[in-house]
Amino acid sequence: MNELNKNNDGIPQTAPIKSATFTDPINAEIRRAAATGIYDIRGGGAKRKVPHFDDLLFLGASISRYPLEGYREKCETKVTLGTRFAKKPIELDIPITIAGMSFGALSGPAKEALGRGADAAGTSTTTGDGGMTPEERGHSSKLVYQYLPSRYGMNPDDLRKADAIEVVVGQGAKPGGGGMLLGQKISDRVAEMRNLPKGIDQRSACRHPDWTGPDDLEIKILELREITNWQVPIYIKIAGARPYFDTTLAVKAGADVVVLDGMQGGTAATQDVFIENVGIPTLASIRPAVQALQDMGMHREVQLVVSGGIRTGADVAKALALGADAVAIGTAALVALGDNDPRWEAEYNALGTTAGAYDDWHEGKDPAGITTQDPDLMARFDPIAGGRRLSNYLKVMTLEAQTIARACGKNHLHNLEPEDMCALTMEASAMSGVPLAGTNWIPGRTGDY
Amino acid sequence: MQTLDMASTELREVNSTLQSQKADTNQRTWEIINPKGSHAIACGLDGPIEVTVRGSTGYYCAGMNKEATVNIDGSAGPGVAENMMSGKVIIEGDASQYAGATGHGGLLVIKGNASSRCGISMKGIDIVVHGNIGHMSAFMAQSGNLVVLGDAGDALGDSCYEARFFVRGKVKSLGADCEEKEMRPEHIEILKDLLERSGADAKPEEFTRYGSARTLYNFDVDNASAY
Repeated sequence: MNELNKNNDGIPQTAPIKSATFTDPINAEIRRAAATGIYDIRGGGAKRKVPHFDDLLFLGASISRYPLEGYREKCETKVTLGTRFAKKPIELDIPITIAGMSFGALSGPAKEALGRGADAAGTSTTTGDGGMTPEERGHSSKLVYQYLPSRYGMNPDDLRKADAIEVVVGQGAKPGGGGMLLGQKISDRVAEMRNLPKGIDQRSACRHPDWTGPDDLEIKILELREITNWQVPIYIKIAGARPYFDTTLAVKAGADVVVLDGMQGGTAATQDVFIENVGIPTLASIRPAVQALQDMGMHREVQLVVSGGIRTGADVAKALALGADAVAIGTAALVALGDNDPRWEAEYNALGTTAGAYDDWHEGKDPAGITTQDPDLMARFDPIAGGRRLSNYLKVMTLEAQTIARACGKNHLHNLEPEDMCALTMEASAMSGVPLAGTNWIPGRTGDY
Repeated sequence: MQTLDMASTELREVNSTLQSQKADTNQRTWEIINPKGSHAIACGLDGPIEVTVRGSTGYYCAGMNKEATVNIDGSAGPGVAENMMSGKVIIEGDASQYAGATGHGGLLVIKGNASSRCGISMKGIDIVVHGNIGHMSAFMAQSGNLVVLGDAGDALGDSCYEARFFVRGKVKSLGADCEEKEMRPEHIEILKDLLERSGADAKPEEFTRYGSARTLYNFDVDNASAY
């Protein structure tokens, strides 16, 4: 054909149409799998489009309710986590925490920056698979210690240094899956902390080694409380999968706090097929979990922390309005530190990607020096400046959430409620349990208009 | 010897009393009577004391033990000595599932049999079982030594790393990437020491050593059938 859509005789032809099923990315993945024989491993959370907080809107004040004055009338942001059993609940200035990310997945300076930023904003950070480093304990005045299936680096001394313990049952990026840290990132220090040979692929178990089911978990929590003298809160982290039942069982097992991570929640590394096809969106996870707490009379008694795709103060406000007590951020915190910054575009290109799409965190070649153990790359990252950026970002998100809350007439972020919102799509309405905009209709619930 | 009677003393008080005994304590010998299968007895100990539990225990007895010696004059429930760091735990009877799970150090002696997943994900602990062990024992075991005077069940050492397994009896089957290994002089020495310290009546030469074939250490699609 010498002209698009015409043959050599100038007769119009059918335009070339690419398949909506066999898209360019799908075909590229088929070719990659055929060439390498390895499934695609990457970091981050689900990239597919799913109903999210963007599909909700706040209604704001009107004749029926009045707003609070911005910058003048107080809108509280404090939250206390772990009030059920712990002698020392965690008191935070803002309801935005830093989610669990491991030393190993992240560099030591990156962990330090998370601690610095969180401290400056008055919130907590969380360890990850691999144990507690002195850097993060030293720079985080409120540190949550994850209790993971692998038990890498687990020891009673660090357990007693923690301000809270988070028993990780599931993770939004990979409900039912374990962790993976490939050989490139197993440096001497990482290997020593995990009792493993240097340079091997490290597989973290998907199940805890010494309990199965909620009855066992209840006894495990008893043991953890006995070892820590009932001082610190015990969180249970679950993936967005069966949030009503998992929340119910977590409370039954004795959780002080339930951490609920939707499918947009990130991971350091796992199979792409896992990230994109297992678990449910954060938006769909919250209301069933809140309902479970309400049905047990435990809403606000057992606090709910929601994570997975929290990016803005609006997301924070919407999660809280749906019934969460706080949120956690992981991917957004890394972006605030400098992950995927366009300033490194030339180097991202050299790695075959582009700023904003870089997710091969497991390879340890992060140009931003955050998801790496390479000393030269790590040296690019300044933990003090990174901490400052994170602190700024956390404060901006808090101000944004307060702005919305005041507009809804609320003097505490926790006073936001589902009735302050409407949904833009039927899917978001059904998942979040707030009416479709302009109606009082929630698909699957009221049935009337 | 100090006595703690669990018929009249709450678990919290029992553990709090034992956990507060540090290196310089004068009260080094304790017994716990009427344990009645309670969970989490003598967990989180952190000093050179000796505790004898007169009876059987529930889950997680001596969990995360450091430095202490804990004798169980009975059988132990699941997760005994889980994540032990150091010290010694001796069980006169049998142990349920996950005995010594993720243990980082110390010596666990089970004079009876151990159930499934004994030594799962062990990270440096030494475990000596005078009897048999159940299936999937030493799953993902990372380091340390597991000594079995009797037989081992299915899938011993599945996906193990650098831990060593010494079995005197039969092994029903080996797990993925676990293989029989040559018994070299240094292994005989390790085994001799462990047998002596655990009061086991056996000769090192009677044992076969097993460990990782190391074929799964780095992903290779040609090994996919092993997963």
